[in-house]
Amino acid sequence: MERLYLMVRIAGELVAIDANEVGSVVEIDNITRVPRVAPHIAGLFALRSRVLTVIDSRAALGLGKIEGAVMPEAVVILIDGHSYALLVEAVEDVASAGAPSPLVAKLEPGWARVAIGRLGTERGDILLIDPAQLILGGEEQAAAA
Amino acid sequence: MDDLLTDFIAETRETLDAIAGELVAWEADPGDRTRLDAIFRFVHTVKGSCGFLDLPRLQRLSHSAEDVLAEVRDGARTPDAALVSAVLAIIDRIGELTDAMESGESLPDGIDSLLIAALQPGEAEAVAGPAQAAPTNAPRVVSRSIRLPVDLLDRMMAGVSDMVLARNELSRALRSSGTDTAADVAFERLSQCVAEVRDAVTRTRMARIDGLFSVLPRMVRDLCSQLGRTVQLDIDGGDVELDREMIEMIRDPLTHIVRNAIDHGIELPEERIAAGKSASGRLRVSARQAGNQILIDAIDDGRGIDADRLVAKALAAGLVTAEQVAGMTLQRKLALIFLPGLTTASSVTEISGRGVGMDVVRANIERIGGMIDLDSRPGHGVRLTLRLPLTLTIIPALIIASGEHNFAVPRSAIEEIVRVGRGDVNLQHIGGAIVAHIRGRSLPVIDLGAFLGSESAEVASRWPVLLVVRSGGGEPFALLVDAVLDHEELVVKPAAPAIMATGIYAGTTLPDNSRPILLFDVAGLAATAGVATASEQIQEEPAAEPDGAVAVPTLLFRDLDGIRRAVRLGLVERIEDVGREQVAETGGLLNLAHQGVIVPLIAGGPLPAAGRLRVLQLGDGQSRIAYAIDVVIDIVDLGTEFTPVAASGPIAGITLLDGDQVELLDAHWLFASRIAPRSERAPTCLIADERDPWARQFLEPVLVAAGYRVLFGDVAATERIDVVIGAVGGSELEVPCIRLRAAAEAGEGESGSIWRYDRASLLDAVAAAARAGRG
Repeated sequence: MERLYLMVRIAGELVAIDANEVGSVVEIDNITRVPRVAPHIAGLFALRSRVLTVIDSRAALGLGKIEGAVMPEAVVILIDGHSYALLVEAVEDVASAGAPSPLVAKLEPGWARVAIGRLGTERGDILLIDPAQLILGGEEQAAAA
Repeated sequence: MDDLLTDFIAETRETLDAIAGELVAWEADPGDRTRLDAIFRFVHTVKGSCGFLDLPRLQRLSHSAEDVLAEVRDGARTPDAALVSAVLAIIDRIGELTDAMESGESLPDGIDSLLIAALQPGEAEAVAGPAQAAPTNAPRVVSRSIRLPVDLLDRMMAGVSDMVLARNELSRALRSSGTDTAADVAFERLSQCVAEVRDAVTRTRMARIDGLFSVLPRMVRDLCSQLGRTVQLDIDGGDVELDREMIEMIRDPLTHIVRNAIDHGIELPEERIAAGKSASGRLRVSARQAGNQILIDAIDDGRGIDADRLVAKALAAGLVTAEQVAGMTLQRKLALIFLPGLTTASSVTEISGRGVGMDVVRANIERIGGMIDLDSRPGHGVRLTLRLPLTLTIIPALIIASGEHNFAVPRSAIEEIVRVGRGDVNLQHIGGAIVAHIRGRSLPVIDLGAFLGSESAEVASRWPVLLVVRSGGGEPFALLVDAVLDHEELVVKPAAPAIMATGIYAGTTLPDNSRPILLFDVAGLAATAGVATASEQIQEEPAAEPDGAVAVPTLLFRDLDGIRRAVRLGLVERIEDVGREQVAETGGLLNLAHQGVIVPLIAGGPLPAAGRLRVLQLGDGQSRIAYAIDVVIDIVDLGTEFTPVAASGPIAGITLLDGDQVELLDAHWLFASRIAPRSERAPTCLIADERDPWARQFLEPVLVAAGYRVLFGDVAATERIDVVIGAVGGSELEVPCIRLRAAAEAGEGESGSIWRYDRASLLDAVAAAARAGRG
């Protein structure tokens, strides 16, 4: 069965998020920093009257921090009643693909934690990730925080 | 009382609808314990409510049904079809009576006793009929109150918040696009509507806990007279605001708790005297906000809970095993009271004591994410604490700045705000820790900037502020922050788990400027920073001197922008009404022409377009300014302590009056902004040629405006002249002389003179000459 996936770029890699889990895509500016939180929590951002917790997707994978863009794009996701904004390097497009197939290769630990499977698309195999795992961040980071 | 009745009717009807299914299911399977419990709770609750609403008929019905159901629960009776229909008939009757109460009619009394009689074994058949034979043919009255799902209110609330933000955006856009009167007027109206809607929506969700507490005195009084107790009830914290839904959820639990306390906790007067206590028992019910929780305490000084008897009962009822009991702490044993079907009361009374109270209480509290703490000291009383989540409660908070961050601190946690280095306040570094000495009291300090690792921690504010805070039940400590910015009422929502995991935040909030702010959990802050234990080791020094707080009479007024402000009464010379036409704007500044004098006027908001205007005439002994206000509120004695605001301006700071904030005018700033510099004796200029029309008409006003006294021609020898201004020619006086010339370029013999239209040089020269003349 074909489903829709949102293609985003994190740490230079193109990955897919199930479009059903995505609330919207927004541009983020004016992040309110939060002291003493895990490093992948970039801060808070107000989207109209909602307060989103901004997640640095790259930091959540333990691959450094997302840098550069003045108004970075973020994927808004609702999990357990809390709204999150996943900062990504780019939102590429929406594509349809079949159900994910199991992974064959051994991934880096950061990717392994968030990966669900791989999608066969016309752009080649793309990793399907679970945003909820991304939001949890790395355990080693949680311990360090 | 009408409100309570309406609530009761709505609630009873709603529960009736809800248990209708249970009733049918119970009829099909009378042995079903869960269904039985649900029905039992319903009649128990109705009985309880009727007790204090004074509805004897309903109470009689529900009480007898409860009796029978209790017997069934205890296994004393087996539920047969006759019993089931008798109970159902009673519940139907309760529904009918409730409807009748709402429509204001009365139902004949006779059937009630038949229905009650039917509950007795072997009596059922006699009256199975009448219950069905009493159809509700009366038309239902249309109710003026409705119940809404809270989800809907949440959505409304979110919508209104978005609307406020959109309005703010529009306001910015309007301002930057220049003025269009029609658009401004329309926007003004829109703003007002939005504000009203927002207010209304907020109020739909929030209610003061007062509504819950206000029924207690009457209830306690009735219970006392019924039970022969004397109880003194203290209620505190009725102004705590709570989600309306939450108030509904804790209404029953609180009623049960108070009943239990009086029925089982507080002893009869003679027993109390025998135990060496005062004849009258004390029951204290209080609400307060502590960190991210609302705490409701019910504390009695009765006999306490007998843990051993509780255990014995639980064993007898087969609720726990002997092995389980062996490993139990006292706290766990006490917690047995929350098991269904357990009570320590040896006799069952009309008030309570069937062992439903506490399990219902706990079920209700846990359903809203709360907890119950129970603490009992045999012979001394019981303290029950309901801990309710803060979610969606509006709390007053101070916004503070620390480094580049802003945070909110719940006002309820703040005892005092002091400025370091002022008066009796100083900081001391001891072994890497900071201790604040505030009027002889020593407190551990959390340096917020360092604690949060702010990047600008070193660039600490020159005037740091200490907030003395205390979490509920904890030790006080001081929080060192850079500035106190503002006071706001905040709607706090829980933050994401990853943020809550830090333990120092209670939630997030979104003030009007749409920058999220985190609310501190004061208790968590103390625990994380490790001051909670430190404070116990620091001895409190005896106060060096009595509290130096001096109360100063202060005039409280509402300003033109609607804000309550205060000004020290000593500054106010007069309060007067003047006509709007006496005020004119000149060069961006307002002046008031009053009684032949022009007085600078300061207004904190837009002046009314016409009509009368009330002004305060403020004086510093020399100068006078007028301050336009809306209305005088009161004259109060206000302490000299206040919290300075960050920026200098017309407001010196904020102070607290009866728990509300009041802005204090900065008289110094007001005077400094409008009073021209003037020395104690104005320097005098003598203009030599008194017949020179140019000097009179051009020169004199310039000099007067610059603060000089101007004389002409020949003057009395007693006059002290500081400077002489003459046309080019010369003067024999022994004071500095300034010569003016008519042409821009200096002609022959005119060296050292100043062109008369070179205003800057002229005034400089006069000032220099005046200084020289005085020196």
